[in-house]
Amino acid sequence: MTEDLVEEILESVNLHRSFNKNTPHLIINANEVLSSHQVEGLIMEPEELPDGVRAKLRVKKGVKIGSPVHLCFGLLPERGVQHIVMDIEIEDEAEVSFMAHCTFPNAVEVEHLMDARIEVGRQARYSYFERHWHSEEGMVKVVPVARIELDERARFSTEFELLKGRVGLIDMDYLTVCQAGSSAEMRARIFGRQDDVIKIREAAVLKGEGSRAALTTHIAVKNQARAEINNEIIAEAPYARGHVDCKEIIQDNGVARAVPVVEVRNPKAHVTHEAAIGSVDSKQLQTLMSRGLSEEEAVDLIIEGLLS
Amino acid sequence: MVILEVRDVSLQVNSSLILNRLSMEFQAGYVQAVVGPNGAGKSTLASLIMGLPDYQQHTGDILFEGKSIKNLNVDERARLGITLAWQEPARFEGLKVSQFILAAAKNKDKKEVDRVLEMVGLEPDRYRSRGVDKTLSGGERKRIELASILAMKPRLVLLDEPDSGVDIEAIDRIFEAINHLKKDGTTVLLITHSPKVLEKADYAFLICRGTLVDQGETSKIIEYFSGKCLPCPHQNVPEFNSAAVSGGKI
Ligand SMILES: Nc1ncnc2c1ncn2[C@@H]1O[C@H](COP(=O)(O)OP(=O)(O)OP(=O)(O)O)[C@@H](O)[C@H]1O
Ligand SMILES: [Mg+2]
Repeated sequence: MTEDLVEEILESVNLHRSFNKNTPHLIINANEVLSSHQVEGLIMEPEELPDGVRAKLRVKKGVKIGSPVHLCFGLLPERGVQHIVMDIEIEDEAEVSFMAHCTFPNAVEVEHLMDARIEVGRQARYSYFERHWHSEEGMVKVVPVARIELDERARFSTEFELLKGRVGLIDMDYLTVCQAGSSAEMRARIFGRQDDVIKIREAAVLKGEGSRAALTTHIAVKNQARAEINNEIIAEAPYARGHVDCKEIIQDNGVARAVPVVEVRNPKAHVTHEAAIGSVDSKQLQTLMSRGLSEEEAVDLIIEGLLS
Repeated sequence: MVILEVRDVSLQVNSSLILNRLSMEFQAGYVQAVVGPNGAGKSTLASLIMGLPDYQQHTGDILFEGKSIKNLNVDERARLGITLAWQEPARFEGLKVSQFILAAAKNKDKKEVDRVLEMVGLEPDRYRSRGVDKTLSGGERKRIELASILAMKPRLVLLDEPDSGVDIEAIDRIFEAINHLKKDGTTVLLITHSPKVLEKADYAFLICRGTLVDQGETSKIIEYFSGKCLPCPHQNVPEFNSAAVSGGKI
């Protein structure tokens, strides 16, 4: 039974052929841990909750985890709530990368709530790639909240991708506090359709000297979808550097709003932002249509490029 | 056999007449050229044949294989087998060369990408995964445009200034690609003001200020064009402008 569920989850994220059981991983369906594998220096302590899973993840000091740690959070039934509470600690000088898949292939009405607290130690490195796989028609509500603390010279990068299936509602809220010499990179790429609603708030506080942050959001909305991006960088220390980049393509009756906020409290800090919202470039569109693509196919390909 | 007929086409933008009662017949299977100095209306004619939205308000008619295509959109014309390689091709952020070529390709096999890249002299290993973006040089971008057209296997292709921004060595690859198209049975319409490109055509049309001035064997047109149009005697000649606007003869 469990084997079948694992297979179904892996298949929904297109990993059923390539997945190797010996790679470090944690596979969850609803509130049940289906499979996990730890490697030397990586400690995972998952605990089942009534409506989800609480997981403590720790990478020990100086340990470099060679291959990416796979995390699969699935909810296979059509309806339900999944609450994931993550407590992640990357000790000093350790290194890890995560490949996370969130999959709701049969969703009709599903809620996926994520509360993450992440501490990245001195000179440690952390990267997290999260890909969402939603059903074509269902209503998925995704509410990820993350509080991230970077110690001196820590490096943190996170990327959120939701291109397959309907978004439903996404309400993301990430905040990173950066100590001296650390760097944070946060990226989100989302494609909204029908009456999807996308709300993103990414923020970085550059507390330490020479800390850096880059917040990048590329969104496309079509039909009646709406997107609201509130990205913010506050620079408090000398030589802090930050950049906020929002690019949004709107089609049909889509609505996009971008509010980049930059606040600088030290004359030696420097923060920039750019926001561009517009339709698909007409020359790009005509070029693809002159090769035989319909307008819709052409728009989708252009958007796929922007969101890649 | 006539594949494309431009029948008494005029196009006015604001108050200026950009194409003035043009009539031309293009024969299937040949390489034909439309030649003329800067501003003659060559790109405008190509855009109008392709059916680009800003160029649909013309009078007269365009017939493809005897049927009017005047009311067809760009993609409908493309599905009949008509395509256009822009003078300045568009750049696409995030789109890979292989994706761009496959989008147009008749044969969706990945090997097709390598085949057509080789045909335009671009090493597949170096280019397949590059973006069709601002990092490509002008000449590389134009050759990728041609590669996509080779993969599409159109019935009729309009190549707008295929040599502009391309270095001498690469021009030969472009000429080879034109030969490949011809061998595949594609009718090629070269739009140019370069005598070197004009030489590749079997037949040529000379236009000036939106009017057809002459047509015939390429050698005859080259002689006229090189002798009388370069430099263009019509630039800044007010009588000529008013004659063209009133539909008068030159
Ligand atoms: N949308 C427009 N509005 C006003 N004038 C236009 C428009 N498009 C083209 N023109 C004018 O029409 C004339 C013909 O332009 P076109 O681009 O077709 O010339 P061309 O023969 O392709 O020239 P070149 O050799 O420089 O590419 C030019 O004088 C140009 O300025
Ligand atoms: Mg031109």
